Amino acid sequence: MRTIALRVARYRPEDETEPTMQEYEVPLREDWAVLDGLNHIKDHLDGTLSYRWSCRMGICGSCGMTVNGEPKLTCGTFLTDYAPGPVTVEPLRNFPVVRDLVVDISDFMGKLPTVSPWIVDSEDAAPAEGEHLQTPEELDEYQQYSMCINCMLCYSACPVYGLDQDFLGPAAIALAQRYNLDSRDHGAHQRVDVLSAADGVWSCTFVGECTTACPKGVDPAGAIQRYKLTAATESVKSLLMPWGRRSDLPRPSGADQDNNAWSREVR
Amino acid sequence: MRTTAPDVSASGPLSYDVVIVGGGAAGLRAAIAVAETAPALSVAIVSKVYPMRSHTVSAEGGAAAVIKDVDSLDEHFRDTVSGGDWLCDQDAVEFFVEEAPKELLRLEHWGCPWSREPDGHVAVRPFGGMKQQRTWFAADKTGFHLLHALFQTSLKHQQIVRHDEWFATKLLVDDGRVGGVAGIELATGRIETIAAKAVILCTGGCGRVYPFTTNANIKTGDGMALAYRAGGPLKDMEFVQYHPTGLPFTGILITEAARAEGGWLLNRDGYRYLQDYDLGKPEPHPVFKSMELGPRDRLSQAFVKEMEKGRTIPTSYGPIVHLDLRHLGEQTIDTKLPFVRELCRDYERIDPVRELIPVRPVVHYMMGGVHTDIDGAAGVAGLYAAGETACVSINGANRLGSNSLPECLVFGARAGEAAASHAASAPGPAASLAAQAADERRRLEELLRRDGGRERVSTLRQEMQAAMEAGAGIYRSRDDLVKSVDRVHELQDRFRSVRLTDHSLTFNTELIAALELEFMLEVAGSILHSALMREESRGAHQRVDFPRRDDEQFLAHSLICRNDDGSWRIEYPPVTITRWPPGERVYGR
Ligand SMILES: Cc1cc2nc3c(=O)[nH]c(=O)nc-3n(C[C@H](O)[C@H](O)[C@H](O)COP(=O)(O)OP(=O)(O)OC[C@H]3O[C@@H](n4cnc5c(N)ncnc54)[C@H](O)[C@@H]3O)c2cc1C
Ligand code: SF4
Ligand code: FES
Repeated sequence: MRTIALRVARYRPEDETEPTMQEYEVPLREDWAVLDGLNHIKDHLDGTLSYRWSCRMGICGSCGMTVNGEPKLTCGTFLTDYAPGPVTVEPLRNFPVVRDLVVDISDFMGKLPTVSPWIVDSEDAAPAEGEHLQTPEELDEYQQYSMCINCMLCYSACPVYGLDQDFLGPAAIALAQRYNLDSRDHGAHQRVDVLSAADGVWSCTFVGECTTACPKGVDPAGAIQRYKLTAATESVKSLLMPWGRRSDLPRPSGADQDNNAWSREVR
Repeated sequence: MRTTAPDVSASGPLSYDVVIVGGGAAGLRAAIAVAETAPALSVAIVSKVYPMRSHTVSAEGGAAAVIKDVDSLDEHFRDTVSGGDWLCDQDAVEFFVEEAPKELLRLEHWGCPWSREPDGHVAVRPFGGMKQQRTWFAADKTGFHLLHALFQTSLKHQQIVRHDEWFATKLLVDDGRVGGVAGIELATGRIETIAAKAVILCTGGCGRVYPFTTNANIKTGDGMALAYRAGGPLKDMEFVQYHPTGLPFTGILITEAARAEGGWLLNRDGYRYLQDYDLGKPEPHPVFKSMELGPRDRLSQAFVKEMEKGRTIPTSYGPIVHLDLRHLGEQTIDTKLPFVRELCRDYERIDPVRELIPVRPVVHYMMGGVHTDIDGAAGVAGLYAAGETACVSINGANRLGSNSLPECLVFGARAGEAAASHAASAPGPAASLAAQAADERRRLEELLRRDGGRERVSTLRQEMQAAMEAGAGIYRSRDDLVKSVDRVHELQDRFRSVRLTDHSLTFNTELIAALELEFMLEVAGSILHSALMREESRGAHQRVDFPRRDDEQFLAHSLICRNDDGSWRIEYPPVTITRWPPGERVYGR
């Protein structure tokens, strides 16, 4: 049987201070993804290798790793595309490594609630009884940004996030835009502060690596650019109308106050 | 980063009024229900993966609920009951069909991007076994959108605390009352106990007890085993759904929506073989409850018959038939079934616009699960269950596609409310729980540090999966079942000398895999025993030695209970029939 070498990054914090590489030979099968190779190692060669995976159909977002230097979903990246090998598998970059191929994404999980990623109802109108009408065209406005599986490949690819972990980052901004552009939402004003803060959209230098890395066609770079335009217009408005400063806007009731306190709670 | 190992014996004084195990559709919906109806209570979700990774994410086709004028609750009720071969509890189905539209509307208000008609109304599509178009969908990523909308909405409720990547290993029960749950925080290996006045199990299905399944790696039946070991009975475990169209190697699902949009199933000769199995006549366009839109049990059984006639196509991954979508055209495929095209392209390297899709039946869904009443109460005070891990039962002997997402919502919400009202008046945890927690900690530490065992987790798992396929597949017989029962007992024995090679506390996935295997062996045993004892054929449970439905003896649920010594007993409480006595299941005529 043909085989291919997988060079896998190992890191056991209890025993090692630095990651090391370990090489394994796995069968090279036509329909095997890199993840199948890792599972072969785990089941037959070395039970101590740790990595995350679940759906193995490109939708749960667990299995992102760095494959030959690029951020990839390992369940959708095929060994034969790297033949004759070797294939290098490392954890996603720009994140602290917990163990082997497992990275710590709690930074992103903490940022998520800060962009109020939920429908904010209108303050004036009573909640809808039946369905909101939303035409296919209105759906199209935000649909692309709703496709994010939180796989973190874009954060791994983003040079800005690599230098500054406070940057809100591609997926979080795209998600904010997903709600801003949803015809049912009235919460754009609630997301302005965090999006247009120093660590928001303005940190982005428009390298576009996030969009290239994204396996779901979300185009976070486009979302960021689009928001920059909106934010520019917004800030002009607030210059002209000082009473329109957001802090003076009536805040909708709900749990949006003090999002930061909440995010610390999230574990 | 942490450099020193934590003290395994340190446990935080964690305590909540309601603890929910699982962050899929059912768990998230339950948590929001607690937050909305009982804001004074504390509530936590523990989940072995981040909630948005839960397997709900992979549901494709849609969610059923009556919304169009031509449709009626009664028709949804009838489709569900006959689809379930009359094993559904009709009071539960009545409640379900009434609540489903409200829940899907709620999801609409929470931002779920449902596909729309040109005028902006929610669009619906036909689905297998349904007499009307009533399946709401978000293209063919319904579960993904539904889960993310729920998760993101849950973030709005500051009251909901989460313990992500936290693996529950045991329910703490004292004197017939639940007092919390013990488990492991993956990142640190810390063994913790969380006290609770009510626990809701929302842990999803158990497809991984079989070798070939659409289910994710995490679907190992943990909640079923947790309840079973804590004295809660499991119900109707013999009813395992095979979905007729999985991709051959990966088991990736090609959604029933592909057939609802007009896809055909073809045998070796390009012939729409379902017409030979009392499922109607082939028409060019899809017809409700006919041919490719028949129920899943009947379609999977037809595949086996076709195989026996030598009319399937052999491949290195077993026999297959073809799903033909070519006549739908690129535009329909791209707007209604984009994920199908993506999956075929990425995982099978074919394009359904031009090529036939190879498919075979694949283990997909558990009709059975933790026995609950209509409130989700699971037979031990303070214990609740909802979603795929539970059996209410609305699915009976065969679930209809697109009924389970709304089931997660309807009964997740109901269990959340019931658990909250229980917790509001329940006393605090009993003192004896500390001793149980200490026992559990010792057990886990012993497993982690154990040296010198002989058995590998992956070997035992493979053997279990083979035994399940051999004994409890699409067609079953006494002989095969008995063999598999023996096999699983032997594997349970061998599990006692399982060997871990990984002794690390940090993100030890080998330890988790061992614990999941232990749960799966428990669940596998309950499936086999229940299948052996049910001497009739109904829905997804087909016995070659008892080929007929037997309402005299088996219009009843199988309730399997575990005795303290690991042995079991089965009882047969009657099915609740409110208004539709058992009749013939009719498709295509
Ligand atoms: C491929 C596929 C397609 C489907 N398509 C459809 C469809 O179109 N329509 C439809 O109605 N149904 C569909 N289904 C079925 C439906 O998706 C599932 O039944 C439903 O999503 C189950 O949701 P759940 O909340 O019960 O569990 P899950 O979403 O599976 O979540 C289980 C949760 O429990 C947690 N958990 C489990 N064990 C533990 C433990 N020991 N400790 C801590 N946490 C734990 C997990 O982390 C997870 O958060 C499909 C199923 C599959 C597999
Ligand atoms: S935007 Fe794309 S790359 Fe980034 S997390 Fe979402 S799906 Fe992944
Ligand atoms: S395993 Fe789910 S995205 Fe790869």
